[in-house]
Amino acid sequence: MPTPERIVSKHLGPERAAIDAYLSTGGYRAAARALKELTPDQIIEMVEQAGLRGRGGAGFPTARKWKLTPKREGETRYLVVNADEGEPGTFKDRTLIEGDPHAILEGSLITAYTNGVHHAYIYLRGEFFLGYERLSRALAEAYARGYFGTNILGTGFDLELTIHRGAGAYICGEETALLESLEGRRAFPRAKPPYYPAVRGLYDRPTVLNNAETMAHIPYIVGMGPEAYKAAGPPILYSVSGHVVRPGVKELPIGTSLREIIYEHAGGLRPGRTLKAVYPGGSSSAILLPEHLDTPADFDSLAKIGTMLGSSAIIVMDDTTNIPAVIARAVDFYRDESCGKCTPCREGTVWLSQIFARILGGHGRMEDLDLLDGISRNMTGTCFCLLGESVPPSLRASLKYFRDEYVRLIEAGSRRAEAEPAARSAHGAGARS
Amino acid sequence: MARVLSAETLDAIAGARARYPSAQSALLPALHAAQAQAGYLPEPVLADVADALGVPVTEVAAVATFYSMFHTAPVGRHVVRVCTNLSCHLNGADGVMDRLCRQLGIRPGQTTPDGRVSLEVAECLAACEEAPVLLADADRVARVTPDAADELVRRLRADA
Ligand SMILES: Cc1cc2nc3c(=O)[nH]c(=O)nc-3n(C[C@H](O)[C@H](O)[C@H](O)COP(=O)(O)O)c2cc1C
Ligand code: SF4
Ligand code: FES
Repeated sequence: MPTPERIVSKHLGPERAAIDAYLSTGGYRAAARALKELTPDQIIEMVEQAGLRGRGGAGFPTARKWKLTPKREGETRYLVVNADEGEPGTFKDRTLIEGDPHAILEGSLITAYTNGVHHAYIYLRGEFFLGYERLSRALAEAYARGYFGTNILGTGFDLELTIHRGAGAYICGEETALLESLEGRRAFPRAKPPYYPAVRGLYDRPTVLNNAETMAHIPYIVGMGPEAYKAAGPPILYSVSGHVVRPGVKELPIGTSLREIIYEHAGGLRPGRTLKAVYPGGSSSAILLPEHLDTPADFDSLAKIGTMLGSSAIIVMDDTTNIPAVIARAVDFYRDESCGKCTPCREGTVWLSQIFARILGGHGRMEDLDLLDGISRNMTGTCFCLLGESVPPSLRASLKYFRDEYVRLIEAGSRRAEAEPAARSAHGAGARS
Repeated sequence: MARVLSAETLDAIAGARARYPSAQSALLPALHAAQAQAGYLPEPVLADVADALGVPVTEVAAVATFYSMFHTAPVGRHVVRVCTNLSCHLNGADGVMDRLCRQLGIRPGQTTPDGRVSLEVAECLAACEEAPVLLADADRVARVTPDAADELVRRLRADA
């Protein structure tokens, strides 16, 4: 299977932060055309025709989001770019930030112009030290050449863009928590309604909030035209990792099957290994089995089989994988990153984590499996934001598909306890290291 | 009058302040700048930040303690953050973490008694194609092996 021509990830490289490198491949031409020749409505129409759906996880149609943002005369609006990438397994935004930062900047410029925005912020994950260096350099050079600031390219359009560094909190990826953080507070999510960012966002103003990869698609849609863009895929960046021979960002037409992504583009599994399970859309998506591999990796097909495309992060697990240990690690992640605002998430993740520690430590009981399932059910639909809602899907799928593995762990623990009763006290409560 | 923060840090904070319509929005950049100078964020530093931005010190402290990259207690001269999340877990991160703990004689969340190295668990660093991954201060180290972890410890120990 030939790899299709890449568009969004065609020019990745350490030298791309230099504006001349970006300009040499046609960079900022789409922005110049947009600002000089196109009206905002024409650009929205192009993005709509292209069928672009947000790449932050929810897949919300980008043009619709922009239309929902009220454009009242004289009212300040903001653009906020979500570059806080933290969903386990996802690395396409970081790849673009480090490898082609001007594409995100150019997309932001076009988006700001389209939505009548004069102040934009890129919320960049705090741990992205290299990304900060490259993005800052790119922005400084773009300002110096007149792509940001006042009277951009002589069009009279003004835009100030600021990079805002986060400081280590996964919840800041959630859009309303991100805005709290950008306003200098602890990152507790806001209630939706009424705080939909499009209508009541940053400083209570209408705010266009888009993912970093979403921004990077915009120059290509405007530059190539929506028809050519669609014919080339439309493209999407899959992050493929775990037990594959060639992990990495794979730019492919959306809806490529999981099988093709894993076996053709990521080099398949290591010699002698077989596939056990796969996360199709980051740790928040329900895991799948080998029998699901022919499913197209797109929003609707994955939703139909009870999981989701999410951030399109495909984590591959081979037959050596201890599934309960993987799920336990994910649970601990959500426990540690829970902001603590609501009870089902704050307490549910702690309970789940304790039960996993018991099972993995050899002190599990058969009733624990029902407890895991019961707590997961009680968290479903009751959490204040989607962080808490992200815990049950893969946990419940693992109980369904790999119950025997949990049972074996519990039985092995009981056998050991019978054989050497002293082991129980010696190992304490079986806390995980 | 600032007690701890240098004129240079205060300038950086003022520069950040000018990028936002509200002073409090500059709090994260200000805390980053303060920590870069002072190494961590003890009470007098938080008070300086509060003064510089005109934000109540209780609010500054609440924010500083919410985010994992801000340290309100002393940390080592070097901070090693080891990702043990899913893709790194699948590719041997636990072995790397064990080796670092053994070599440094500390557990995750602790600092060596000589104050040289702090060891932390990192969540997915968005570099899963390089799993297992760690951050040694600002530098990302790809495909870490236990042997590479030994080498890193030697390097951090040798650094004066
Ligand atoms: C817990 C949580 C974490 C999230 N993390 C991110 C993230 O790191 N990056 C991102 O772009 N969107 C993230 N999102 C989705 C955002 O809330 C939002 O939908 C997205 O940034 C909108 O951009 P888009 O329309 O371009 O996709 C997260 C959502 C939740 C609930
Ligand atoms: S679900 Fe979790 S992260 Fe979201 S508001 Fe509740 S406690 Fe906070
Ligand atoms: S899981 Fe370690 S970098 Fe993503």
